[in-house]
Amino acid sequence: MSSVKTQAQPTQPVKLRPGNIQLDQQGKLRHFLAIEGLPKTVLTQILDTAESFTASEEKKFELLKGHTIANLFFEPSTRTRTTFELAAKRLSADVLNINISASSSSKGETLLDMLRNLEAMHVDMFVVRHGSSGAAHFIANHVPKHVSVLNAGDGSHEHPTQAMLDMFTIRQHKPDFPSLRVAIVGDIMHSRVARSQIHALNTLGVGELRVIAPQTLLPAGIDKMGVQVYQDMDAGIKDVDVVIMLRLQRERMHGAFIPSEHEYFKLYGMTEARLALAKPNAIVMHPGPINRGVEMDSAVADGSHSVILQQVSNGIAVRMAAMAMAMRNPDGSSAS
Amino acid sequence: MSTRIHIKGGHLIDPTNDIDAVTDLWIADGKVQSIAKAPDGFTADQTINAEQQIVCPGLIDLSARIREPGQEHKATIASETTAAAKAGITTLVCPPDTQPVIDSPAIVELIHLKAREAGMSHLHMLGALTCNLGGELISEMHSLKEAGVLGMSNANQPVPNSLILGRAFEYAATHDLTVFIRPDDNGLSDNGCVHESALSSRLGLPGIPEAAETVAVARHLELIEQTGVRAHFSQLSTARAANMIARARHDGLKVTADVAIHHLYLTDIDIRDYNSACHLIPPLRSERDRDGLRDALKQGVIDAICSDHQPHDPDAKQAPFPDTEPGMSGLDTLLPLVKRLADEKLLSLSEAIDRVTRLPANILGLDQGHLSVGANADICIFDPDMSWGVSSDTLNSAGHNTPFIGWEMHGRATRTLVNGQLIFSTDHD
Repeated sequence: MSSVKTQAQPTQPVKLRPGNIQLDQQGKLRHFLAIEGLPKTVLTQILDTAESFTASEEKKFELLKGHTIANLFFEPSTRTRTTFELAAKRLSADVLNINISASSSSKGETLLDMLRNLEAMHVDMFVVRHGSSGAAHFIANHVPKHVSVLNAGDGSHEHPTQAMLDMFTIRQHKPDFPSLRVAIVGDIMHSRVARSQIHALNTLGVGELRVIAPQTLLPAGIDKMGVQVYQDMDAGIKDVDVVIMLRLQRERMHGAFIPSEHEYFKLYGMTEARLALAKPNAIVMHPGPINRGVEMDSAVADGSHSVILQQVSNGIAVRMAAMAMAMRNPDGSSAS
Repeated sequence: MSTRIHIKGGHLIDPTNDIDAVTDLWIADGKVQSIAKAPDGFTADQTINAEQQIVCPGLIDLSARIREPGQEHKATIASETTAAAKAGITTLVCPPDTQPVIDSPAIVELIHLKAREAGMSHLHMLGALTCNLGGELISEMHSLKEAGVLGMSNANQPVPNSLILGRAFEYAATHDLTVFIRPDDNGLSDNGCVHESALSSRLGLPGIPEAAETVAVARHLELIEQTGVRAHFSQLSTARAANMIARARHDGLKVTADVAIHHLYLTDIDIRDYNSACHLIPPLRSERDRDGLRDALKQGVIDAICSDHQPHDPDAKQAPFPDTEPGMSGLDTLLPLVKRLADEKLLSLSEAIDRVTRLPANILGLDQGHLSVGANADICIFDPDMSWGVSSDTLNSAGHNTPFIGWEMHGRATRTLVNGQLIFSTDHD
């Protein structure tokens, strides 16, 4: 068997900074920038709040009436932006969608100038997607006390709402995290989703967390992030309860990360035969959009183990929860 | 008209002449006239009371970006040679990546002219090893040398073709020029912005692996040996690279090396939540690297310490981390941080001063960095106990981009002499 396991026990990640800009003085969610650094109580509160929205008969809530949310997307996105927009509207907030192409930065306007202008329009919350890691932190460090920031994906850093909707989906099917064995498969190196999932699963106390990828798609020091590393898919997927497949950017062969989509699928693609190695009631997840025949077979994507479409609908409730919890009053206090 | 100066009562440290004692110094005609005993019939125009102060050769900084010509919104020759003077640094060496690049005698003359007009610290230059730092055509090294460059460098730009790099070394050797190498394998560093580690992975920042430096050191060492060129490695950032230099020296290769002072204090952990002041190239590396560099410094494998000064305007650092410009402003903190190495008992104060005076002068082939009788009177007088907090208000450089903001420093220049002229003083005596 060619599974490569890392030698030592996975160590707990070191927390970056005790003074956490994501929390206010009462320990409530202030900005939602990253899973790393948030306590289990806050993550659980997000899940519980999302659950209260899905459990309700109501479709629309008045919670954020009179508040304005700007979706600030520096990278193209359909799914994430749409679910954020829908989440804001279901909470009765006013929504501003701003798609910033690379060309606007060539006009010479800095990111800070742009933020100042939007603040002058009385925006209360920024939902930010940006190609540079740390962009959401940067913005959060430069907004006034009544404005909060939600990270909708920054570079290869984090995509916390995606991870929370994945946790929500897992919890719907398998609520006891400590008993679970979870595998994340694919391009861990470039994936902000994977980083957020790893932090979220560890914070929620998952029993065992595996990552499966060739060495070229594993970031440096991954073994220090509380995971077991596998390079052999069949060994890594054995007896897992949850399989999370990651999207492979189709151009990855150009950086010499993989030789071809064909060989990648042969080694790491999810097929029905492979899925049979996991636990019989295992669920298969994918953050979308799927490259069918690259990450997984259509038979798996559309099969009975797949919860991919539930992930999408859960995305709205989880984003509603994050928005409602992070929204501030004009004096900076929590609006929820 | 030259001033006749008597520096009185200071603690003189001159590693070259093995002086480490309280003694007086007499200066005239821009030169050191005498130490310990007044020259016959000397009448001072000016007496400097240096009691409780250290008197040492002016510091020589092997790498300081001045930003002029080309980026005067960040800093100018006048602003930075003045900041240097106020920090006890009497000689600056500017890498060739100005705009335009220092690859023609005209640019060398322009910079010299501006530095003379400013009339503060000396400003020297390295010439571009290849035309426009393009890595394809070798520069007119002979003309550049005649214009006054002290060595050749391709700064942070790659020379991908080893044949061209070897030829450039041979041509530099032909003209008895030292090549200054900032070792980086461009393919491996691949637009990274931080040290590649578990931390870079967590922050999602593109990493620069240790191998980007070690592979480049190996490649350059081979070509240095083949061509016989005199070579100096600039701003080592990894312990492994320092070990490779140590081995090469053990095998008889005459190469020298320096380290940027901040690499002896900071590590990638200081980046924390995307502190763009810590966006540096070469990047801040691991604790193991910092300790290894300190060790190499102590062993003498790393000869000299530089500031790797890179002043920026505030906007350059106000953006998401990977989109900010790399580099930190380092002139103001060089002296206290060098002194701190002595406070921390890594080196004696005399040894620490040696690394920023005599040794860089040797690397540059300059008869400076010492206070022998007859030497140019480039002198730093500093108060070793003066404590000051690093803040925008206390920095003299036009660039306030330093990760040491908020640090308490001990030691600051109180007077600086260049060519026997008092060009900076905190008081009027």
